[in-house]
Amino acid sequence: MVAMNMIQAINSALDVKLTEDPDTLVFGEDVGYFGGVFRVTEGLQKKHGLKRCFDAPISEGGIIATAIGMGAFGLRPVPEIQFADYILPAFDQLVSEAARLRYRSNGEFWAPITVRSPYGGGIFGGQTHSQSPEAIFAHITGLKTVIPSTPYDAKGLLISAIEDDDPVIFLEPKRLYNGPFDGRQGVALKTWEGDATADVPESRYTVPLGKAAVVREGSEATVLAYGTMVHVARAGIEDSGVDAELIDLRSIVPLDIDTIVESVAKTGRCVILHEASRFGGFGGELAALVQERCFWALKSPIERVAGWDTPYPHAFEWDYFPGPGRMAKALSRVMENR
Amino acid sequence: MVDQGSRQVPLELHIPEPVARPGDEASFRHINFDEGAAIRRPDPCAPEPDLREFPFGLVRVLSGKSAAWDPGLDADTLRRGLQAMVQTRLFEERMFRAHRQGKTSFFMKSTGEEAIAVAPALMLDAQDMCFPTYRMQGWLIARGYPLETMINQIYSNEKDPLKGRQLPILYSARDYGFYSLSGNVGSRFGHAVGWAMASAYRGETGIALSMIGDGTTAEGDFHEALTFAGVYRAPVILAINNNQWAISTFSGIATPEGTTFASKAIAYGIPGLRVDGNDFLAVWAATQWAAERARANKGATLIEFVTYRAAGHSTSDDPTKYRPADEASHWPLGDPVERLKAHLVELGEWSEERHAQMEAELVDHMRTAQRAAEAVGTLGKSKPPAAEMFEGVFKVPDWRVIEQRRELGV
Repeated sequence: MVAMNMIQAINSALDVKLTEDPDTLVFGEDVGYFGGVFRVTEGLQKKHGLKRCFDAPISEGGIIATAIGMGAFGLRPVPEIQFADYILPAFDQLVSEAARLRYRSNGEFWAPITVRSPYGGGIFGGQTHSQSPEAIFAHITGLKTVIPSTPYDAKGLLISAIEDDDPVIFLEPKRLYNGPFDGRQGVALKTWEGDATADVPESRYTVPLGKAAVVREGSEATVLAYGTMVHVARAGIEDSGVDAELIDLRSIVPLDIDTIVESVAKTGRCVILHEASRFGGFGGELAALVQERCFWALKSPIERVAGWDTPYPHAFEWDYFPGPGRMAKALSRVMENR
Repeated sequence: MVDQGSRQVPLELHIPEPVARPGDEASFRHINFDEGAAIRRPDPCAPEPDLREFPFGLVRVLSGKSAAWDPGLDADTLRRGLQAMVQTRLFEERMFRAHRQGKTSFFMKSTGEEAIAVAPALMLDAQDMCFPTYRMQGWLIARGYPLETMINQIYSNEKDPLKGRQLPILYSARDYGFYSLSGNVGSRFGHAVGWAMASAYRGETGIALSMIGDGTTAEGDFHEALTFAGVYRAPVILAINNNQWAISTFSGIATPEGTTFASKAIAYGIPGLRVDGNDFLAVWAATQWAAERARANKGATLIEFVTYRAAGHSTSDDPTKYRPADEASHWPLGDPVERLKAHLVELGEWSEERHAQMEAELVDHMRTAQRAAEAVGTLGKSKPPAAEMFEGVFKVPDWRVIEQRRELGV
């Protein structure tokens, strides 16, 4: 075990796969010699060679199309899209091709690609470097969407994603790259140092896709979150004084419905937290599933805490960001019918 | 800032229109068919800057203009090509009729464009992969894919190899070097580049061929694929089927008139060839040239096959509503079947009698296949088990499809 931040943990996952599997290769904008704008691929080209980790044209559609062709051939490409906000030029490739290839060819061709992309706000990135597009991928039949919240999970989930035979969107919460940010303002920033989840084995291990983690046990309410919001939720729970159970979904497709249902059946209350804007967000699907499966256990209406239905605004970042204060208030509201 | 005031002319928006619409006299005077000098056949390994005349020329072999490009095929190969083209035409005519008889929901023909599918299918190796357009049924027929299986797919019946999941003719046939088709045009163009890069990455020897329509060259996919193919010197043949029409839209809406589709190659740093697409020998020779170049690690080639879509776009449009009804008969490059047939007759290797006999045999073959497929069932009369709808979404179904399958009760 060594202490790794999330950048190092993801780098380590890529290093492990590049070392053990000659069919794995990494490419994307600035990922080669320079090592990526967030340094996630640093050193990989030097260690594994130009053909294993290389720069791509600024062409997200081209990057994903190329990766699909490579995947159909039999490789396991791990393309990077520099920011999740930039993934939209590749949307047709992901929806019409990667997600559908296995189905439409009756298994003759498939695209075992893992698309890594930093997402989310809290870095003063304005509306084009802050968005959380997970719901639009969750809606696409045939894509898996994975979002880690710790260095340990990031490495284990990424190795699972690369080894998965279906296309995976791997969204990296860039606000967590260097430390477990909980959304509290005016306090010293934490690094991953000393955090138990930063103890990351250098060797290979996996965290399975579709298995949520109960990161805090509780009896009064269930909080569903993923990515950066897991840390925000924990802070909100602490501030609220409610004994809430916190579930880190880790992947939204496949979704660990059993863990969710088991928890809400026990607590009878549910708060859903995500950074993406609320309307049509993944929280709506979660709320529907909880309602369908846990209606008679519910003691109060399901609450959604999310980004506002506006673009991600630069100067108003902390007014937009669904921080622990809003989380704590939602918990208080669900506790009103005690 | 200078005030130009009244010295400026009002700007005019240009909306291109084809030379002829219904009721007009058909004309192709806007296209350069290059009746000029013979075109040399350069070394397939020549540097791209030495090849910049080719995107504006026209490689033709059967016209006698570009003898250097004659691939020197033996009579058996020529007859094989002719047979596959004729079989393709017969197949499409009968399946088009089957659609009119309500046996399927949709169909598309490649009448007049058969050489573009058949010649590369016979010329390229078994290890190579074609990323086709939906107008390349000739590839499958040339490579001996069973007609009955094609018809089962068109009828989405119980023996449909794609389990009723795909629109008619959007085949997938990996063992025949035929990549999965989709109704979205252009989105596989870049897959061919990735496939070719993967083959090179592994140090294998297979190359890729990708086809796109003239209309679809306006999609980003086309330009993205050319960028990647050029940058990474991918062993891929990127080909344009310029059949003049994209549904009802003439090629002048996809690219400005006065230039050629092949010339787009120049800016991407790869050679461009403009080829008579109705000339079986020219199609073969150009594919062969590009394949030689790719196999020599010299990278990609863009080929524009100049042809004409004699049929409508699909069973869903009537071409007489947007172009002169007799336009096909004015097409200066003729018909690929008739031209190859005439060539074989001229060589003393074919005759009207042999042709008629072959046609009769191919009609029989088609009838037998159609009868067998119809014994299984036409659209709606037979279909794969509904449970197939839920298979193949992921490699291993997740709880959603398992629950929903149960909900449907299959």
